[in-house]
Amino acid sequence: MSEHLGGPHGSQVGLGTAENIGDGSSGEGAAQPAHFAFDEASEAEIASILTKYPPSRKASGVLPLLYVVQGQMRRQTGSAWVPRVAMDVVAARLEVPPIRVYEVATFYLMFNTNPIGRHHLQVCGTTPCWLRGSEEVTRACRDETGIKGWRQTSDDGMFTMSEVECLGACVNAPILQVDDDYYEDLDYDRTVALLQALRRGEKPQPGSVIGRITSAPEGGPTTLNTIPIAGE
Amino acid sequence: MAKLTVDGTEVEVPNGASVLQACEAAGVEIPRFCYHERLSVAGNCRMCLVEVEKAPKPVASCAYPVADGMVVKTDTAVVRQARRGVMEFLLINHPLDCPICDQGGECDLQDQAYSYGMDHSRFAENKRAVKDKYLGPLVKTFMTRCIHCTRCIRFSSEVAGVAEMGATSRGENMEVGTYIEKALTTELSGNLIDICPVGALLNKPYSFTARPWELRKTDSVDVHDALGSNIRVDARGSEVLRILPRTNEDVNEEWLGDKSRFSHDGLKRRRLDKPWVRQDGKLRPASWPEAFGAIAAKLKDLPGERIGAVAGDLCDAESMVALKDLMASLGSQDLDCRQDGAALDGGRRDFYTFNTTVAGIEDADAILLVGSNPRREAPVLNARIRKRLNHGGYPVAYVGQPADLTYAARHLGDGVAAIEDAAEMLRGAKRPMVIVGQGALRRPDGAAILAAAWALAASVGALTPEWHGFNVLHTAAARVGALDLGFLPGLGGKALPAMLGGGVDLLWLLGADEFDIAAIGANTFVVYQGHHGDRGAARADVILPGAAYTEKGGTYVNTEGRVQRGYVAVQPPGEAREDWAILRAFSAVLGKPLPYDSIQEVRDRLAAVNPVFKTLQELPHRGCTDQAGPSGDPAGVDREPLLPAVVNYYQTNAINRASATMAECTRTYVTPMLQAAE
Repeated sequence: MSEHLGGPHGSQVGLGTAENIGDGSSGEGAAQPAHFAFDEASEAEIASILTKYPPSRKASGVLPLLYVVQGQMRRQTGSAWVPRVAMDVVAARLEVPPIRVYEVATFYLMFNTNPIGRHHLQVCGTTPCWLRGSEEVTRACRDETGIKGWRQTSDDGMFTMSEVECLGACVNAPILQVDDDYYEDLDYDRTVALLQALRRGEKPQPGSVIGRITSAPEGGPTTLNTIPIAGE
Repeated sequence: MAKLTVDGTEVEVPNGASVLQACEAAGVEIPRFCYHERLSVAGNCRMCLVEVEKAPKPVASCAYPVADGMVVKTDTAVVRQARRGVMEFLLINHPLDCPICDQGGECDLQDQAYSYGMDHSRFAENKRAVKDKYLGPLVKTFMTRCIHCTRCIRFSSEVAGVAEMGATSRGENMEVGTYIEKALTTELSGNLIDICPVGALLNKPYSFTARPWELRKTDSVDVHDALGSNIRVDARGSEVLRILPRTNEDVNEEWLGDKSRFSHDGLKRRRLDKPWVRQDGKLRPASWPEAFGAIAAKLKDLPGERIGAVAGDLCDAESMVALKDLMASLGSQDLDCRQDGAALDGGRRDFYTFNTTVAGIEDADAILLVGSNPRREAPVLNARIRKRLNHGGYPVAYVGQPADLTYAARHLGDGVAAIEDAAEMLRGAKRPMVIVGQGALRRPDGAAILAAAWALAASVGALTPEWHGFNVLHTAAARVGALDLGFLPGLGGKALPAMLGGGVDLLWLLGADEFDIAAIGANTFVVYQGHHGDRGAARADVILPGAAYTEKGGTYVNTEGRVQRGYVAVQPPGEAREDWAILRAFSAVLGKPLPYDSIQEVRDRLAAVNPVFKTLQELPHRGCTDQAGPSGDPAGVDREPLLPAVVNYYQTNAINRASATMAECTRTYVTPMLQAAE
């Protein structure tokens, strides 16, 4: 995206959108585990997920189950991704042909079909964020982690960086989604600070990093800040 | 019914039909890629856009239901412009390598680009390229040409019943394939080549061999299984280059099994192209008069009961009637066509045919398979069962070895005793079917199983004047024809087991390779008449080179009892001749000429022997008016488990055993399966 828009760092290596989506073929080349089985915590989650669908429609559970897989992988290996054997396990659990799960898992970018770093940095590069300086966020991520291109993992295995489309939080642009959490109102320095905190193993409070309450104006609400008294 | 106007023509179509179907009813051809009448509607290629009055924009006619009073326009400036736009988008990522593409000349995209394509491209960027996929030894892929119509995905999951193909990734990166590299585990994979509208899925053995306009096309009938699929033989010069299905709604619709489509390279290998005579224990080439002389010398003073004849699985009815007449003139009653020893009862036609008919499967509402695995014995028929199953309300149960039939089927047990468990299910149905396979009939208690299956069919109400639910599924293309001709031991005649071990002094094998050749008596003089140097020819004392099914005009009767005829596509190799003509010539050497000199006269003789040969393609109305069952005591069924009739789908006869493609398929599919079973 950004290279077409001609941002200051747009011409840097590895910004092709193709890599951003994945290689499209099976992840045979990557270090695929030989075995996958749901652990106890996952089984509990699955049991509650499957109650939402009638037994004849349990194929609908494929998305939540893939999230369960990704969550378990994060717990167990520190890398939130969906190995191929796990897709087979999901298919068997839902009684659908494995290819139906492969299709879903490769279609949605939320599922990583290759191993990633401990934290998944998802920079929003869509127009509002871009106008508000998403390229500064990208630059901070590059400088801090040493990652050169999209979909790459830092040498220390801490971070994988990818570019995503609109995260739907434009009012607090620019956004960096770390794993499942949004960090908003970023700039270069705040991004660096965030990454350093993450590297130290801390988990900063998600949301606006400058203290805005949800999407209210900086410094607090400017309207509707008095409660009208009935009859006044 | 809905009445609508298509380009000013008024048509009436059933409610729920699509606009595209209405246009076809009006005789207007609508271009399309993703729409296929035998698959579900995807509506993703957008090529079938038409204008519907009062609709704000062009609609995809394949996915748009008709409504009463609708006015459809298919040839307006708006429609043409819309389709041109779709075509331009389709061609953006299409390589336009028609000159080196095997689909060239029979490509939907190429054809439609003539009508809707531009003479140049406005797309200046790089085209995408997609890695080719491995789909097995039969289907070659060239995925850059894929236009994502998803026909192959729908075919494999809906018709073939193996949901192994899919579209992975998204947008620009979407790829059609299996995700994990694997050979498609279906016996119908060749049909992917036919339904692919572009050159993405291609015929691997036929790659870079010919252009469609160079080929001579001949209608024929398939002999690799007993379904009698209608085929078109494409040949150039003396060589069969490919075999394609021909549409016949009552038999194979438009599908064809892989064995039937890809075995033709076996027609070029191990052929018998001249007569051979055994001299001092070794076969040597001979002339026709020498070969005939050797047989005539042996026949001299041989009484009729010491002469036997066996008809093989690929024989046409013409050659079998000629052999039968020759044997009659020699005073022999020792005829047999049941090489596998199947206990078929030739007493009444409905004892040995598929009486429900293939199309009739779609009217049935319950089915029991006894010792039959239709997936391996007749994959196209299996697809028909699957099609019926997809419409729902069709319980399927089977007895025999546990098998993956590509659909949900209840396994009752591996012995025949378990068929009783199906009685209730069948009784609850209005039009139940029982299919008996050769795996059940070729056992010592085959006659008892046949009778037991009939008795079950009778007891559950499958045999009524309106419905005939008793079916025998054959595996040999020649079998029903042979039974119709009475190619069975006559009064006091010997069946095949009695002919072996020295039971006869002269044994005439008409393309018969599928029995234990080693069991033939050491002093029996064997005449092998056939087209391949297979098991029978190796044992023969005289070899008479005959014609394969593509090389002779032959009449075949399929498992339903449908009489069908194929035509000569290529000439037999070398000195080989049509089989009935060989027998006619030999009868003249004996001084007892058979009473026919042309193929037409042989066919008249066929009709005289059995009137069913008078009419092609037609089946009589098949109700059952006589509930009396075949001979055999249903109580004689023993408890032995049923074994499958066909283990290796790809190699079942002399032609496909000679085929390199089928050997490759065996290595890919069957060998790992057998290894896994061990």
